[in-house]
Amino acid sequence: MDTISNLVMGFGVALTPFTLLLAVVGCFLGTIFGALPGLGPANGVAILIPVAFTMGLDATQALVLLTSVYYGTMYGGRISSILLNIPGDEPAMMTTLDGFPMARQGRAGDALVISGVASFVGSFLSTVGLVVMAPLLASIAYLFGPAEYFALYLLAFCTLGGVASKNQAKAAVAACLGLGIAMIGLDNSTGLPRFTGGNMHLMDGIDFLVAIVGLFAISEIFIFIESHGRDSAIGVTLGKLTIPWKDLKASTGTMLRGTGIGFVSGVLPGAGASLGSFMAYMAEKSILGSRGRFGQGDPRGVAAPEAGNNAAAGGAMVPMLTLGVPGSGTTAVMLALLLTLNITPGPLLFKERPEVVWGLIASLFIANVVLLIMNVPLVKLFVRVLMIPAWVLLPMVTMISFVGIYSLSGSTFDLLLMVVFGVLGYFLRKLDVPTVPVILGILLGSNMEDSLRRAMVISDGDWTFLFSSPIAIGLWIAAIAGFVAPLFLRGVLKKPPVPVMDVNED
Amino acid sequence: MASDRIFGLVVVISALAYLAGAFQIQTSFLSDPVGPRVFPMMIAVVGLLCGLTMLWKPDAEPEWPPLPVWLKMAVTVVILTAYAYMLAPLGFLIPTALVAAGVSYMIAPQPAKAALTGVALSVGLFVLFKYALGLGLVALPKAMMG
Repeated sequence: MDTISNLVMGFGVALTPFTLLLAVVGCFLGTIFGALPGLGPANGVAILIPVAFTMGLDATQALVLLTSVYYGTMYGGRISSILLNIPGDEPAMMTTLDGFPMARQGRAGDALVISGVASFVGSFLSTVGLVVMAPLLASIAYLFGPAEYFALYLLAFCTLGGVASKNQAKAAVAACLGLGIAMIGLDNSTGLPRFTGGNMHLMDGIDFLVAIVGLFAISEIFIFIESHGRDSAIGVTLGKLTIPWKDLKASTGTMLRGTGIGFVSGVLPGAGASLGSFMAYMAEKSILGSRGRFGQGDPRGVAAPEAGNNAAAGGAMVPMLTLGVPGSGTTAVMLALLLTLNITPGPLLFKERPEVVWGLIASLFIANVVLLIMNVPLVKLFVRVLMIPAWVLLPMVTMISFVGIYSLSGSTFDLLLMVVFGVLGYFLRKLDVPTVPVILGILLGSNMEDSLRRAMVISDGDWTFLFSSPIAIGLWIAAIAGFVAPLFLRGVLKKPPVPVMDVNED
Repeated sequence: MASDRIFGLVVVISALAYLAGAFQIQTSFLSDPVGPRVFPMMIAVVGLLCGLTMLWKPDAEPEWPPLPVWLKMAVTVVILTAYAYMLAPLGFLIPTALVAAGVSYMIAPQPAKAALTGVALSVGLFVLFKYALGLGLVALPKAMMG
């Protein structure tokens, strides 16, 4: 069994005292980022990338820290959903539907325990799924040539725009904006500058970390100024924590179904955790029908979305690691981390850097156990953190963002650019233009262009080469379907009972 | 309606400018069949179509903040821009205290609490970054460090 021996090797890499410490710190920070309304997984990971980088962590250590943060935010989001009726991050939106009613009935503790266990089940099983699926997909990925990769990138943009956004035109504009920004700098093959306007600072292109931190973290300041920095007042009391065995037993099936649905929506490029929790909740509601009291504090209504969003987080790692195409906003940010560390995800990663891949996977298992301990018995600690007022939190986020970016390049120009991206992010969010395709565009732009150009070199300029293999044709069809189908389905499917989905934070 | 139309117009103009920019890109005789111009042109054309779509079918108007909030946000942009310029010559502590206090005040106008937040964050983060994370931060202006 190759997989087992690889996994043992991974645990060997991940189980050093220092990496364990990083996992604990990452889980702790992640849960806080998730719990605080306004800070989601994408911002949390984005702010910490420059910090991790300047700390001089090696690839495995940086990945352990950041994936712990990622998984942690998925756990943390539920805390404020249940206690404040404000989702701590986007994927936790569905948890408010039954979580807050439970809390108002005096069962806040039960809701936190059930959702914590559901989170564990979801992310643990989806990490197992990652172990099984990733090597399989990596072996298929060898069949991918430049034409297939071009279609795959297109698929990621199309499904992201089609499934996750309300207005296809706006999602496509966001993608074009990102791709357009990616073109700035020296052209890879001719070495001549493009769109630099003669500015020396733009010769190397725009660093995606600057764009990510600006769009995700700095824009948050403006959103908070607009909302007058509502302080989060906890309206419900949290009594003694007991483990509600009966409810846990009753929701076992729910958790498993939620995990399955979440994992699949995580693996699909572009769909992500928000869709995972939404689908898991809706599926459970229709399966149980009148036997459940969904919307009035049914424990299964808490278990389903939490299992779903945590499973999606694991699922989203599959295409990111094997193909280099992220399945969600946060994995797009993780991809930025890998690229910063000079690691190119893809099938070769499994052959050439097995210690990185399997160390990462092992650390996901470790992070899950740490998070279960933190989020069930120690959850009261995080409830305290929710009391941090916005007028302390936001200045802190700002300062960490500035220091992080400044310590990467020491360049005032990058800081100014970050502020520009912050302002841009505010307007995009107000206009309902998703920001994740922008990031994806900046990250994947040069790769997408390279694969197009390499495909044309192979075929000597024959454009039909792009549709010459069955895999490529399949991807093109999926891309077009992913972009167009929601236009028709939107009329058929009823609007969800919550504010519209938004992939900004997932 | 109007916001989306304006945004659509901005997109159309930017896409046209980008397209014009793409024609200016120098190509080399060594280039591959596609060359460095084609992909940017494709992006510009897709962007142009999207901008026109937004002009044609705008979404409902978002809820924009009132004028005083716009002013606050503008002041915040100025503060952040100033921070970007101050960080290198003035060191970490002083600009951070000022800017953190400023941002805090913009979110909730409580002068005393904002000032306290500024000082506490400046010192706290400095200790965290410098000693716990080992980043090479400069505490004070170069002139004062001797």
